[in-house]
Order: sequence, then structure tokens, then C-alpha cells
Amino acid sequence: MRKIYMDYSATTPLHPEVIALMTDVMKNVFGNPSSLHSFGREAKKYLDEARQKVADLIGAKFEEIYFTGGGTEADNIAVFGTAYAHRKKGKHIITSAVEHHAVLDSCAKLAKSGFEVTFLPVDQYGMVDPEQVKKEIRSDTILISIMHANNETGTIQPIEEISKIAKEHDVFFHTDCVQSVGKIPVNVDKLGADLITLSSHKIYGPKGVGALYKRKGVRVEPLFYGGGQERKIRSGTENTLGIIGFGKAAEIAVREFDIENTRVKGLRDRLIKGVLEKIPDVRLNGHPEKRLPNNAHFSFAYVEGESLLLSLDMKGIAVSSGSACSSSSLQPSHVLTASGLPQELVHGSVRFTLGRENTEEDVDYVLSVLPGIVERFRSFSPLVGRKTV
Amino acid sequence: MYNPTVMDHFENPRNVGEIPDADGIGEVGNLSCGDILKVYVKVVDGKLEDVKYQTFGCGAAVASGSMLTELAKGKTVEEAMKITNNDVAEALNGLPPQKRHCSNLAADALHKALEDWRSKQK
Ligand SMILES: Cc1ncc(COP(=O)(O)O)c(C=O)c1O
Ligand SMILES: [Zn+2]
Repeated sequence: MRKIYMDYSATTPLHPEVIALMTDVMKNVFGNPSSLHSFGREAKKYLDEARQKVADLIGAKFEEIYFTGGGTEADNIAVFGTAYAHRKKGKHIITSAVEHHAVLDSCAKLAKSGFEVTFLPVDQYGMVDPEQVKKEIRSDTILISIMHANNETGTIQPIEEISKIAKEHDVFFHTDCVQSVGKIPVNVDKLGADLITLSSHKIYGPKGVGALYKRKGVRVEPLFYGGGQERKIRSGTENTLGIIGFGKAAEIAVREFDIENTRVKGLRDRLIKGVLEKIPDVRLNGHPEKRLPNNAHFSFAYVEGESLLLSLDMKGIAVSSGSACSSSSLQPSHVLTASGLPQELVHGSVRFTLGRENTEEDVDYVLSVLPGIVERFRSFSPLVGRKTV
Repeated sequence: MYNPTVMDHFENPRNVGEIPDADGIGEVGNLSCGDILKVYVKVVDGKLEDVKYQTFGCGAAVASGSMLTELAKGKTVEEAMKITNNDVAEALNGLPPQKRHCSNLAADALHKALEDWRSKQK
């Protein structure tokens, strides 16, 4: 059966060049980069190269990159680390209702342990209003954390405006760029962030490795204690193989940025256009323009998302859904709920995220099977006729 | 995630649709949990001559509605009232643990439909 992966925001396959380098390194480089002998020095050389490549990906300095065990870990260090390091200065944190759980739940945990957190609402597109950020800033606000692009809807936040506001009020600013990096420009000076989260496995690198960008001079408290690796921000012997793969992925992301994103955006636009034309009562979720070039996120009225996901899977098409039934927590998507989407449309949501291996034929195949699947479920949905989109 | 029996009922759900002149209709579930299931019954001489269902729901909801109609069809009202959500899940050779609550509500919808029928008998 034909297999089409359209869930690149969940994770990506390794780029062939990443596989080639990692295979070579796996065979030939095993030293501990902290060791002083030649084995250690060789590993350190590879580690440094990777650090430079990740720094180049976002226009940062070599020494501003701290490798972590993934995006979740970098988010946790950014949120808890900043809160703990600056608790004497204040106890107030501002974030948004649509953050990834790595930020959202970290903030919620802080709110239970003496900090105060403002969860900003978003508009119908999932967008944060910078004016509202400004309004919520207090004299004891120490951190603002707003993601660059949303992992579900692909909506891109006005990060430059928000970081300016943060700077004016002398508040640290963190932005999760896990989904945006490699897909839209991410430059530390343009974004103006103090802390940035990156993850390798969303850009064709290996899983379980990520990075925290920390602007020079910004102080965060470590969460792990031990050997003092990553300049004490993240103790533990480095995942050299993963980091080296991440470095290669970063290099490729820079090299292929224009050509790949232009290509994928064309496919994505074709998909959106086709779905809206071929299927009635469909809503495009997220911002119509300010969205990631690879993201198409729909709600199909009267139909439940897990059923759509399963039926697409039986046709070889891999997507994800924001419905309660499709999540292990049985909670409907907090992102779509915060964007004010009616419950029915949250449960009827399906995310297509495209990437390197997708072709025009893939999109046309999806467009040839999806209308029939939606139609079939609608034929026995008790909701048909009750409400409209 | 789902076993082959569940997938079979998901792919080819039995007895879907409405019964336009149904003797009883029962609907359970709500949009906050994500599954809605509606059962229609036709009762002739105390027996369920026809049972149909509609659902807005996940794979488990689709399959349990389908299995329920198979279990209930031809039964007397008394027998049908004894079918439980658990019976439906067992007939499906089991559902994933997280699906046992929200999505497994077909028997409840059937009981509601039969109560609806009963209330019309008086
Ligand atoms: C926006 C965002 N932040 C953080 C993460 C977590 O990254 P990781 O899977 O590397 O821990 C993800 C991945 O799903 C994400 O999409
Ligand atoms: Zn369900």
C-alpha cells in the first residue's frame, strides 16, 4: 500500500546525510568529550562543530548554545531555570494559553509553588495580542514565554513586538522555536529573545536532543547537577551522537531553507485549496496567512477526528488530530479550545503537516480519498443538520 | 491500538442510519467528552425488530454502536435492557483501557431508546 507521511510536526525521519554522518560517527567516534586524551578531543571536535552549526542556524554565538535532551528539557530549563534564578526579583510569569505542554505545564507547576502565572488568551487564530502582554506586565514580572509558531495550528506569533515589550520592561523573554526553526526565519537578534528552545527531531535530526539558546549574560539555574557539562546548565555526559546528528540537520536546514520551504508551501497551498473546494463545511484553523508553510489544519463539521485519522491511516496517510478521543489524556486540544473553536469542531480537527518526502502526487492522493471518508462519516453522524460551521 | 474485531466494525459498521418511524430513540454522550451516540429501535410484539444507530465519535464509538445493534437485534425488550456496555466491549474482544468510558456508551443509548419506547406505551 502507498504510504504517505503528513505528520512532520510530530517528528521527521532522519535526513540521509544525517544518517550517513551518524553512522560514521557511531563506528569511529566514541570518546567522552570531557576527556583530555585524543579520543576525548576528537569527540569534542565533533561536538564543537555541531554547536557552531546550531548557532549558525539561528544567528547565535557558539557559546550561547547549550545542548539538552530535547525541546521539552530546554523549555523546562528556560521556565524553571529563569524562575528559580530570579525569584528574588519577582514571582510573576506571563505565558499564553496555547503553549506546548512543556512550557504550559512547567508554568502551571510554578503556579503551585509560590509563583504567579498569567496565561494570556488568544484570538480566533490562536494569536497573542502584544498589547495584552504589555498590560499584564507587573513590577514583579520576571519572565515572558511565548512560542514562535504553534505546533497544532502553525500560527506564527508576533514575537518581535513581544520581545520589544519585554525588553522595555526589563523582563526576560523566552520563545519556543521548536516548530518554527527551519521553516521560517529564526534569528536571535531579530526575534530579540533571551532564551530560545530548539529540538532536533523536527528538522530531520535524531530524537532526544535539543538546544537552549541563552543570550550571553542571562542567568538561569540548572535543573540537573553533576559533571557540569554544557557550562553547568545541563550536567550529564553529552549525547554526542545525537548532538552531531543535530548539527548536521541544522547545517542542512540552512542550506535547503529556501528551496525546501518554497516547495512544501506550494504543496500545502494545493492541499488547502483542494480540501476547501472539494469538501463542504470545512474550516481552516489557525491564521490564514501567518502560519507555518507546511501546516494545514482543518475542522470537518459533524465528524470526529480520531475516526478520520484511522480511516486515513487505513489508506496509508498519517496525520494527527486534536480530538479528545485521539489523545491519551482524553482532553480535547487546549490550543483549539483557547482559540474559541466550538467543541464539535475541536473534536473534528485534523492536522496535516508536510515535509521533505511529500510530493504533488501525495497531495492529490489525499484529495482523492479524503472527501469520501468525510462523506461516509457524515452519512451516519447524528450532528448533521444541527449546526453549521 | 484497536483489535481486528473493533477495526472490522469500524470499517464496516452494521446498521448505521436512522429509522424514520422509530418507536424509540435514545441519545447519550456530549461534545465535551467527544462522543455522541444515538440509537433508534423498532419494537414489534415486544421484540426489537430493527435497531439502528448514528454516531459522532471515535473508532471505539463507531465499533461499539455497530456491535450493540448486532447484539440487540431480535432480542425481547427485557433481554435488551440487560445488555451492558461491558457486554458490548466483550463482544468486541475488548477495547483499549482509555476507551472504556467516554466511547463505550452504546448500551446506555439503547436503554434510553427503550425507555422512550416504554414511555409511549402508556
Ligand atoms: C512547540 C514544541 N515545543 C516543544 C516540543 C517538545 O520537544 P521534544 O519532543 O524534543 O521534547 C515540541 C514537540 O512536540 C513542540 O512541538
Ligand atoms: Zn471516543
